[in-house]
Amino acid sequence: MILLPCPNCGSRNLNEFRYGGEVHRRPQKDEDSTAEWIQYIYIRDNKSGFQREWWYHREGCRRWFIVERDTKTQVVRTSYPWTSVDQA
Amino acid sequence: MRDHYDVVIVGGGVHGLAAAYYLAKDHGIRDVAVLEKNYIGSGGSGRNTTIIRSNYLTPEGVRFYDESVHLYEKLSWDLNFNLMFSQRGHLTLAHSDSAVRTMRWRAEVNQIQGVDSRLIWPPEIARLCPLLDLSDRPRYPIMAALYHPPGGIIRHDAVVWGYASGADRLGVNIHQMTEVTGIDMQGSRVSGVRTNRGTIKTGCVLNATAGWCTLISDMAGVKLPVTTHPLQACVTEALKPFLDVIVVSGSLHVYVSQSDRGELVMGAAVDPYQSYSLKSTLDFLESTAHHMLELFPSLEDVKILRQWAGICDMTPDYSPIMGFTPVGGFLLDVGWGTYGFKAGPVSGKRMAELIATNKTPVLIAPFSLNRFQEGNMVGEKGAASVGH
Repeated sequence: MILLPCPNCGSRNLNEFRYGGEVHRRPQKDEDSTAEWIQYIYIRDNKSGFQREWWYHREGCRRWFIVERDTKTQVVRTSYPWTSVDQA
Repeated sequence: MRDHYDVVIVGGGVHGLAAAYYLAKDHGIRDVAVLEKNYIGSGGSGRNTTIIRSNYLTPEGVRFYDESVHLYEKLSWDLNFNLMFSQRGHLTLAHSDSAVRTMRWRAEVNQIQGVDSRLIWPPEIARLCPLLDLSDRPRYPIMAALYHPPGGIIRHDAVVWGYASGADRLGVNIHQMTEVTGIDMQGSRVSGVRTNRGTIKTGCVLNATAGWCTLISDMAGVKLPVTTHPLQACVTEALKPFLDVIVVSGSLHVYVSQSDRGELVMGAAVDPYQSYSLKSTLDFLESTAHHMLELFPSLEDVKILRQWAGICDMTPDYSPIMGFTPVGGFLLDVGWGTYGFKAGPVSGKRMAELIATNKTPVLIAPFSLNRFQEGNMVGEKGAASVGH
């Protein structure tokens, strides 16, 4: 994975980006228990294969977006701007 | 391969083999199988940069790694296998006031735990390592260093082979090219392990698979606070001996030692994204070469011979995860990040004790999986070899 497709700027060198980790549903402030927050903060799926993950184009559009990447082969299937749906 | 073992250890690296060896030697538990999906030492045990040290930041970490250094010191005799352990001294460079502060902190913690470790200044650094550029030419000149005389390097393949042959002599079965494909459960307890070569019945499974640990834990339904990142390294062509000590720079993300063959063995920080890929990258090579030349400008014409990658199971607090899980009979020796090789003997010895006595030894109690629920982290980021 030398190039990463930014949904706003197109394919750019990986060095321009910051990795933001797996996409997980964020617990709600009043609705969810401490156990769910601990799960959200620490526990990771750490998949070998395709995962949805956050990236930030720090030397480009300076926008966060979602990438679907195979962690074993580095193949990127798609990337798209994040919407509130992606946090769910 | 038998169809039943008292203990099945998944992962034939230094951790798994050491645990098997100490189970047989210290506790007389010899009905043990070590399952390795490739050849022994094919993972992190054969891909690390062989550095051994105990100059960590937390008292828990220092005590733990110090026992490992002491085990390594006697290991060649214990295993009757020449491991070529060379305690040549370990320098961690500080290029900023805040780094000097952290080194001072580490030196104090180390000394209280009885570990030989102190802060030294450029004149003494120059005596230990004359080729290091101590001038104000670099963008971040060297201000001080944490000096740890017992730190050293060892032949990592020999450690794997020594433990494997030692365990084998005591009756442990080591099965290479045997990949675990599933874990059988009976209620909330482990009852067996499925492999590509058949099923084994057992009541005790130890997960010692480092970078791949999430995949094995998932089979038992145990979720881990681990992400897998590649860590890369490279060696240069052989040079005449000039570098006695190990030199580490956290700020420059590089560490280097000179092997017995004269090659410079260099490593860096983990790659900045999750991956199970063992491919190496040009990015790593460029940045490592650039940072090495900040430290040793006279190496500008030296050629790189080869580079490689291993995968590391990083935890949130840069400390390992050892001990029991909510699943009965499923034990962890994981979360070894970039510091697993140096801990092989002590974690093997203490995990063997845990299995034999069914109690968590005091030395490894701080590293339980529960610490994330309880908020009792063992923060070692400040003593990770380089900034991550």
